[in-house]
Amino acid sequence: MDPKTLKYSPTHEWVSLAGDVATIGISRFAVDQLTDLIVIDLPKVGASLVAGKPFGEIESVKAVSDLYAPVGGEVVEVNSAVAADVQLLAADPYENGWLVKLKVAPSVDLSGLFDYDAYVKKTAEEHDH
Amino acid sequence: MYKLVQPPLLFESSRAGRGTAVLPPCDVPDRPLDELIPADQQRLTPPPLPELGELDVVRHYTNLSTLNMSIDSNFYPLGSCTMKYNPKRNERLAALPGLLAQHPYQDESTLQGLLAILYDLQEILAEIAGLDAVSLQPAAGAQGELTALLVAARYFREKGDSRSQVLIPDSAHGTNPASAHLSGFDAVTIKSDGRGLVDLEDFKAKLSDQTAVFMMTNPNTAGLFDPQVREIADLLHARGGLLYLDGANMNAILGVVRPGDMGVDLMHYNPHKTFSGPHGGGGPGAGPIAVRDRLAPFLPAPIVARKAGGEYYLDHDRPHSIGRVRSFFGNTGVLFRAYCYIRSQGPQGLKRIAQHAVLNANYLKALVDDVYPVPYDGPCMHEFVASARTFAKDKGVRAMDIAKRLIDYNVHAPTIYFPLIVSEALMIEPTETESRETLESFAEILLAIAAEDPETLHRAPHTTPISRPDEVKAAKQPVLSWQG
Repeated sequence: MDPKTLKYSPTHEWVSLAGDVATIGISRFAVDQLTDLIVIDLPKVGASLVAGKPFGEIESVKAVSDLYAPVGGEVVEVNSAVAADVQLLAADPYENGWLVKLKVAPSVDLSGLFDYDAYVKKTAEEHDH
Repeated sequence: MYKLVQPPLLFESSRAGRGTAVLPPCDVPDRPLDELIPADQQRLTPPPLPELGELDVVRHYTNLSTLNMSIDSNFYPLGSCTMKYNPKRNERLAALPGLLAQHPYQDESTLQGLLAILYDLQEILAEIAGLDAVSLQPAAGAQGELTALLVAARYFREKGDSRSQVLIPDSAHGTNPASAHLSGFDAVTIKSDGRGLVDLEDFKAKLSDQTAVFMMTNPNTAGLFDPQVREIADLLHARGGLLYLDGANMNAILGVVRPGDMGVDLMHYNPHKTFSGPHGGGGPGAGPIAVRDRLAPFLPAPIVARKAGGEYYLDHDRPHSIGRVRSFFGNTGVLFRAYCYIRSQGPQGLKRIAQHAVLNANYLKALVDDVYPVPYDGPCMHEFVASARTFAKDKGVRAMDIAKRLIDYNVHAPTIYFPLIVSEALMIEPTETESRETLESFAEILLAIAAEDPETLHRAPHTTPISRPDEVKAAKQPVLSWQG
């Protein structure tokens, strides 16, 4: 997936919408900040995610961090390859490293999320602290 | 540079038949093994233990110990951990038979000396906190936090008040949300502002009648004193909430300001940071808590009390208590060291500790902040958080590389990547016990490292037997025993 076409949350998750299915992952910036990844905890198919609420955890040698749902919906697919080997996420956060796919409501609203340029600007500012 | 060598494992040095133990002849009647242990429980082969002479074992461990870095051998600016020098006097006093040979099942009448010391320590810790009552029971700072929040939860429950939220700044120690959660509250994050302090607007927005406790670390983990604390306390108290102080950074304000005067209602101490208790090793530790009068009935039982006649006793008759959080009366050995330290320093000495801790941190900060920028302006308290972000951006050198390289210069690394609100954080806390020369030498090392080529830093340390362990593999597939 081309990172430039994705939408981003302030907590560094990305989302890509195709019809009523949203694919969710985390950004390259987030992966770099986490440093060496150890393990990831993802929800099960059928779980119901609420926008802005934690849906899983990722552990690196540095810290354990929550994963926040950028949009709400029902989990229809989980990337079991990443769940088994989180290094896939470290290598490629935008293709093989996607995390979950959600079935979202037709009324889903992505306007509260950043586009690529705004996200890059935000992370540059964040890095200055 | 001289490279240290790791001695071979005891298993690798083992030679069949070599031994250490010289056992005296058996002085009890011999009985057949089957009489003592059922046949199906007996091992047919001896355990595969290494066989070595005593001197080989002594050399093995002595040489291993020289690979360790400790405050007694190296500068140890591990931010947030307050690696001050622990006076050897503490150890000598803690080994006195009057303390060492006590047993918790002894009758109270034979434990009067120990109980007098613990009672005195309760009083002293209450005075330093500016609060009313103390429990010495919690066995670590984090358990102290949890105990204090359980006390707060009981306080609200007995009032019939069902508040559900604990507010916690995003710069807090990770134990804060864990304690809040374990005591039945929901943790709500409060943002930091551009100065690294509590974002007052965010605090006001999230403060409500559901707010049970605000957990504040002051000075905070960025080494900054938050002057808004009185205002925060007033806003919180007006809504019926309690102000908790994470006492991890008490070393910076000891004897200078009392938490109770800041509006704090309950707090914990970390004796290993503030009062020279032993560090590390996973314990035993201590995490005494201090609370205001209205919270005192809920403290763990027993507490040490004094009868009118002067006799000390353990008061178990506390019907509102949350109960025990630790067996007997806590880790008295650690508490005793804290007591020795406090009494040998005296009130003026404690104040000087805080003043020198702050002075040392500010001097060191001034020596390095041109090269290692500190994101928040103004003077710091007992520690400061510098950032390696310019190295990361310009040379691909990260905080981890700098920390690892310091080992080659015989300095312990600072805390890195914490607090999370500063990118590429290097959290540096020199403590009050370091000389000006040590601080200057450390600053020179940091500046020298800044000028080194990235490849040298990526591969550091170069002098240790193991350079960079595979931390991911160590966490996922730890090998915990000899594999033959």
